[in-house]
Parts: sequence; structure tokens; C-alpha cells
Amino acid sequence: MPLGLIRHGFRGGRRPRRALPPAVGLRPRYDVAIIGAGGHGLAAAYYLAKDHGIADVAVLDKGWLGGGNTARNTTIIRSNYLTPEGVRFYDESIRLFRGLSGELDFNILYSERGHLTLAHTDAALRTMRWRAEVNKHLGVESEMVGLDGLARLCPHLNLGRDVRFPILGALHHKPGAIARHDAVAWGYAIAAARRGVEIHQNTEVTGILTEKGRVTGVETSRGRIACGKVLQAVAGSSSLLATMAGFRLPIHTVPLQACVTEPLKPFLDPIVVSGSLHVYVSQSARGELVMGGPTDPYALYAQRPTLEWKEGLAAPMLALFPFLAEVRVLRQWAGLADMTPDFSPIMGLTPVENYYIDAGWGTWGFKATPVCGKRMAETVAIGKPPAPIEPFALDRFAAFRQLGERGAASVGH
Amino acid sequence: MKILHCPLNGPRNISEFVCGGEVVEMPDPGAATDADWSDYVFGHENARGTVREWWFHVPTAYWFIAERDTGTDEILRTYPASEIFGRVPP
Repeated sequence: MPLGLIRHGFRGGRRPRRALPPAVGLRPRYDVAIIGAGGHGLAAAYYLAKDHGIADVAVLDKGWLGGGNTARNTTIIRSNYLTPEGVRFYDESIRLFRGLSGELDFNILYSERGHLTLAHTDAALRTMRWRAEVNKHLGVESEMVGLDGLARLCPHLNLGRDVRFPILGALHHKPGAIARHDAVAWGYAIAAARRGVEIHQNTEVTGILTEKGRVTGVETSRGRIACGKVLQAVAGSSSLLATMAGFRLPIHTVPLQACVTEPLKPFLDPIVVSGSLHVYVSQSARGELVMGGPTDPYALYAQRPTLEWKEGLAAPMLALFPFLAEVRVLRQWAGLADMTPDFSPIMGLTPVENYYIDAGWGTWGFKATPVCGKRMAETVAIGKPPAPIEPFALDRFAAFRQLGERGAASVGH
Repeated sequence: MKILHCPLNGPRNISEFVCGGEVVEMPDPGAATDADWSDYVFGHENARGTVREWWFHVPTAYWFIAERDTGTDEILRTYPASEIFGRVPP
């Protein structure tokens, strides 16, 4: 028994380090207001203060810090996308994620596991070869593996032929990782607050104030504030906020459900995704199996899980891992996914001057948290989007320059 | 199981249906600008609250209109499309 530890515990005079400064009142004016204190909004606030010296920032959230989709995703990080624009963007995110625990002095439990996308049809194999070639061309580690390779990488996977859709091969993406999502939000929040950013929770934005097509402030449940620039980063409520600002988005919002099982001994190293069976699974640091599937079939703002969805998840999951039949589900939830027509996000300028948007993060938002925060901070600071996120502009739809990422979405939606 | 009342087939499991999206009016092809068209093709109202949508009963290939609340996941009313688009002349 470490007596030193006990003695340390009884010694008085120490106070736990306070993560965030106590809540303060809203000031009448800020240089920048960020709507949404999720991972993206907090990351943008952090990089605004750190990279651009803009610390007169208020981050506003109707709920609590990281309480929206930041805490409702399945924490998968990967860059094995299909379009060169997408691959480059997510690859930058992975590189930022790797150093994030050190940079924020906050352990985000970043854990590189490798990511396997299973193919059960020839068509799926073709798309994966395409993804592997695009990835390798851009320096991202993705390789096709056959059944031998799969048996080595994931020995527990059922590679038998006695299932309806036997596995034919897989796309192996070595940098695939998971991290603790709350820690990412808290890490950014603490680091941003240390640099002078104010985080206002329970502060709902109820209106966007504009004058001659330019944003001048926001109306909140705690009063009106004036600001030079506004960034909206409110996955799940993007259309509602855009409507307040006076424009429409090519987004429909659907619930994305997920669940975790009771903790098991560590057995599943890689993240396993089956696009054809519409399921994915990884094992968390706690031993829980984090499982997800397709989005709900119709637009909805209700964060409710359904029995039908779990039934639809369980059957294919048992085809992949038959021994999970007796394992119980521990928690279930739903997040709100802002789906875009081309399965790519929307970042950059809006029809309202000085009002910037970070939206359309459907089922791919968590993995982009650092890079999106960094690049949106740059956009807000210099007033125009930097080259890497230029292709993701809102006006790409009017110009019919979509970035089709459907083939690289984790599961069919 | 969530039930949706099909105007043709009565109460059925919602898994038999496909949502066809918001009821929107097509802009006049002769007069619409490029911006009007792209908004028609890609834009969504995506409202929280009561919406009016096209729904499709897959087994019988029947399109109809449903009004539902996207905040509470309640189906408020379903009816044949002819109710809002006028009856087909005999």
C-alpha cells in the first residue's frame, strides 16, 4: 500500500486545479462570437487565440460544453476518403490529433488501432481499390488485404462462408484511430480559456442581427451582444441557425444512433466497418464495444434511440462476431447528423458578410475536429477560407462542384 | 414498431415506407435563375416542427402526403396527394 499516497491525501492546503474559470456575465461586445461549444467551436476558439492572437472571443452554447454531437459520435478517426480534397483534409486532421494530447496538456486517449472496411461484394472491392489508390497517391497508408491478411489483423472476425454475405477482402487503413471525445472538447475548452476565450454555457442564440447584409451581433437568451464576426458550429441545428441568419442550407437532419455493450476483455484491436452490412464496431479503452450503423430513414430532430435500429444492428454484427450473442447493450443514444447531398462538409463563407459556417458534418464530424477548428479559425481571422477548405464552400452546390464522398462514408446511409 | 397510416393501405409498419422529402413547388423552368434551380435541387427547409412531406408505400408503389412533427417524431396526418394538388380530371 503506498503510504505516501495516503499521507498526501490527508495533507491539507491543496485545491484541485480548476479546469475552467468561473462563469462570468456576457459583455456587450466581442470581436468574435462562436455559436456552439462543441469540439469544432472550441477548437476554432483555441486556434483563433493561439495562431491569430484573437482572444476576444465568446463561445456560446444553449446547453453545456461538448454536450451535443461531440459526445454522441463513435470517436473514429480516419482519412481513407475518396476525393483528393477529402483525403488531404482528413490527413491533416490525423496529424494534428497525433500531437494533441501534448499540445493541450490533456490526455485525449488517442489510440491508433488500424481501420478495416470490409467488402462483401465485388462492387465494394472495386470502390476500396479506388480508395486505396487515391490514398496512397496522397501519402495516406491504405492497402487492400485478402482473407489471410484479415485473419492476421482481426483473428476473431468470422471469415466463414456460411453467412449470407461472406467477406471477400478489406481496405486496411493503418492510421485509423479512436480517441476520447469529451477529452477533445474539454482539452480545447481549457486551453482556449487559458488564452482568454470566454465560454458561456446555457446561453442560447435566439437571433442573428444583421445590417446591410453584414452580421453585427447575436441575440441570446441572456441578452444581446455585438460582435465583429460570427462563426456557427452547431452540428444538428445548422439549418435552424442558418434560417435565423436568413439563408437556406442543402442539409437534412437525421438521427444517427449508436450503442455500447458491457465491458469485455480487450480482444478487438482494429476498428471494423462493413459498408455493405451497415455496421461498425470498435473496442474502447474501457473494453466496451462501441457500435454504430446507418442513419435513421427520415428527417428528425428527436434524439431518441429505437428498437428497430438495434435489431438491424444486432443481426449483421452477429454475422461478423457470432460469439457476441450473449453480450448485453449497456447504453444507447442518438446524435443529429446534418446530411449533405455529396456527403462532404460545408465550411467557409455564407451569403451574410462576416458570418462563417462550419456545418454539414453528417457522420464524419468528430474526426475533423482539430483541422476544422484550425482552418475555420484561419477563415475567421483573415476573412476568407484557406486553400485546403476552399473546395468545401457552401456555394459549391450552386456551381454543381460537389465532392462526392458517399463511397467512403463509413456505412451506407 | 412505429405505425404510419397509409391512405391506401391503412396502418402499416413505417419500415414499409420511404420518405420522399419536403413538398416543394418546382420553379418555372423558363423563368428560374441558376440560383433558383440549385436551391430547388439541393436546398432544404429542414424545419423543426410540423413539416409536409411526400411518402411512398414501397410494396404498393403508392405516393401520398404526410404531415409530421420533426421535433417529437409524431405523425400528425396522412392523406392522398390529390387533396393538395387537385383531383385528376375524369
